[in-house]
Amino acid sequence: MLLSRVLEEKLASLYRAGKIHGGVFVGRGQEAFSVAAGLHLRKGDVFAPSIRDMAGRLAFGEPVIDAVRTYLGSPLGPMRSRDGNVHRGRPQDGLLPMISHLGSMISVVNGVLFARRLRGITDVVGATCLGDGGTSTGAFHEGLNQAAVEKLPLVMLIANNRYAYSTPNDRQFACRSLLDKAVGYGIEGVEIDGTDLIACLQAVGGAVARAREGRGPQLVVANLLRLCGHGEHDDGSYIDSRVKAQHGRDCLKTSEDMLLQEGWMTAAGLEELRNEAVQQVETIVATVQREGAPDPFQHDWNAISSAHLHELHTEA
Amino acid sequence: MSITYLEAIREAQARALADDPRVFIYGEDVGKFGGAFKATKNLQEQFPGRVIDAPISEDAITGFAVGAAIEGLRPIVEMQFADFSTVAFNQIVNQAATLYWRTNVPCPLVVRLPFGGTSGSGPFHSQSLETIYAHYPGLVVMTPATVEDAYSMLLEAVAIDDPVIFCEHKLLYYHLKADKLPTEAMPVGKARLAREGRDMTIVAYSAMVHEALAAADELATEGWLIEVVDLRSVKPLDTDTVMASVARTGRLLCVGESWPWGGVTAEVVARVAAEGWGLLDAPPQRLNAKDTPVPYHPNLWAAHRPTARSVAQAARRLLCM
Ligand SMILES: Cc1ncc(C[n+]2csc(CCOP(=O)(O)OP(=O)(O)O)c2C)c(N)n1
Repeated sequence: MLLSRVLEEKLASLYRAGKIHGGVFVGRGQEAFSVAAGLHLRKGDVFAPSIRDMAGRLAFGEPVIDAVRTYLGSPLGPMRSRDGNVHRGRPQDGLLPMISHLGSMISVVNGVLFARRLRGITDVVGATCLGDGGTSTGAFHEGLNQAAVEKLPLVMLIANNRYAYSTPNDRQFACRSLLDKAVGYGIEGVEIDGTDLIACLQAVGGAVARAREGRGPQLVVANLLRLCGHGEHDDGSYIDSRVKAQHGRDCLKTSEDMLLQEGWMTAAGLEELRNEAVQQVETIVATVQREGAPDPFQHDWNAISSAHLHELHTEA
Repeated sequence: MSITYLEAIREAQARALADDPRVFIYGEDVGKFGGAFKATKNLQEQFPGRVIDAPISEDAITGFAVGAAIEGLRPIVEMQFADFSTVAFNQIVNQAATLYWRTNVPCPLVVRLPFGGTSGSGPFHSQSLETIYAHYPGLVVMTPATVEDAYSMLLEAVAIDDPVIFCEHKLLYYHLKADKLPTEAMPVGKARLAREGRDMTIVAYSAMVHEALAAADELATEGWLIEVVDLRSVKPLDTDTVMASVARTGRLLCVGESWPWGGVTAEVVARVAAEGWGLLDAPPQRLNAKDTPVPYHPNLWAAHRPTARSVAQAARRLLCM
């Protein structure tokens, strides 16, 4: 959580300095829920994060340098300068690279899980994340229904951060709670306070365990608030102060307070952790900044892998 | 023995399933029912667990295939009708088409599109979408016109590591027959000279090849020798074979069943005009369906799409230019 916060603060500052191609989207306030997913998944599982899941990615094992290289457009990154920011991933390692279209990753996770089952590989879980806005898409419905019909070990994590870009919940859905969706698909679901780290760890852990046991798709809805704008270009001034008062706890702060209260950490220890994270991030950013840019003249501009079917005819 | 275009497609799938345990079929009603057109008849019994009925969710069906392809399987997706692939459009063009480019991980899947007009099918069961998919980088778009090609190209579609949009024409399903399945095949990406000629080249693909051949027969009675080139795949597009034919004949008519605005025929004409201007004795022409949704009544439908008659008319006009 801390590393994620520090890394995203750095990326945001690089964005403000004009050093990043494209947008920066951070998960401020959502780290507890996201990290719970990353921590409960194992190597060999599948994870399809959404835009606010830096914490989950890092906990799942994504190297910090992958994130920095992708944001800075380094040709050495997993997306080789071809795609940016939150769209990175390493499909071979079970970290699926999201496309922008909300909800689209659910059925892809289903396909991966099905393929594992067809190959006789069991004991696998696939988790994917979405915001409240993403639940309004047809892809969300089709994907969840498909997972339910195939009884796949899908864990669907929904961060209800109250706003989809600027659109509040009451313009997004008309059911009482997003948990009601579970009933509609015939799957199990739980709803939690997403600013409470312990609640997140327990609920997501339980859902992952149930999916692993073969109880089919699991839905977890976390109530929280995005403590920032939609992206770094957005000041979030539309966020209602009453919503802020009700849901706006900072999960990082409450987690740190808990560590201190329980006597599991000292203030100095926390300070040291933060300094270590800052050091790590600064070193990696400095490394990546020396890596240079892609050369369009050396680039392989073919979009398919079958060399004998390349369209040679690109210029008329 | 005689085998139809549809049977060739079923045989190709049976062989792909038998030869490669990574292959599976996913689509609506493809299981016990054998598919709306029976292209997967009996396959579920022969390959239990690998011919799977999907919920009516074209988007999720295709996303599912992408996920399975990432895992190294080789899914064949059947869209009940090409028209419904518009619901899967996002997954096809954004997910499947971009995966290899973005991540270097190949996306070997086949989306079978029963496409094209049949009498009485109307606006939602008749569309020809090859142009739309060919527009997107990252996709291979096959349009077999013969029983032999339907079989061999589908096998190649399953074998290659890229997403293939396999456009199989519904009108050819039952009417087109061959004596036997081929043991050797022309490679995908190469166009075929379907008929040799001297006075004009007609470039066509899928069902339009047969309309072009019939038009060429008709024009032969008037003394004209028409060359017909079957593109076989529209992406990649074999410009070389087209250009070589135009070099022989000096005239080009390109015929497609999809709509006129942009598209495969426009692409062929543009390439020939840009690169083969000096070869041409007359302006290159194209003939498409009318620029309206596909009509329901057989009379209207017959006038909506190019037919041997309208192809021959367009050819006569071009021969006089
Ligand atoms: C299908 C689709 N439509 C629109 C967008 C543009 N868009 C990107 S993020 C976003 C808001 C998403 O809200 P939510 O799902 O609640 O996630 P949050 O950003 O709040 O974490 C929108 C509208 C998109 N990416 N995909």
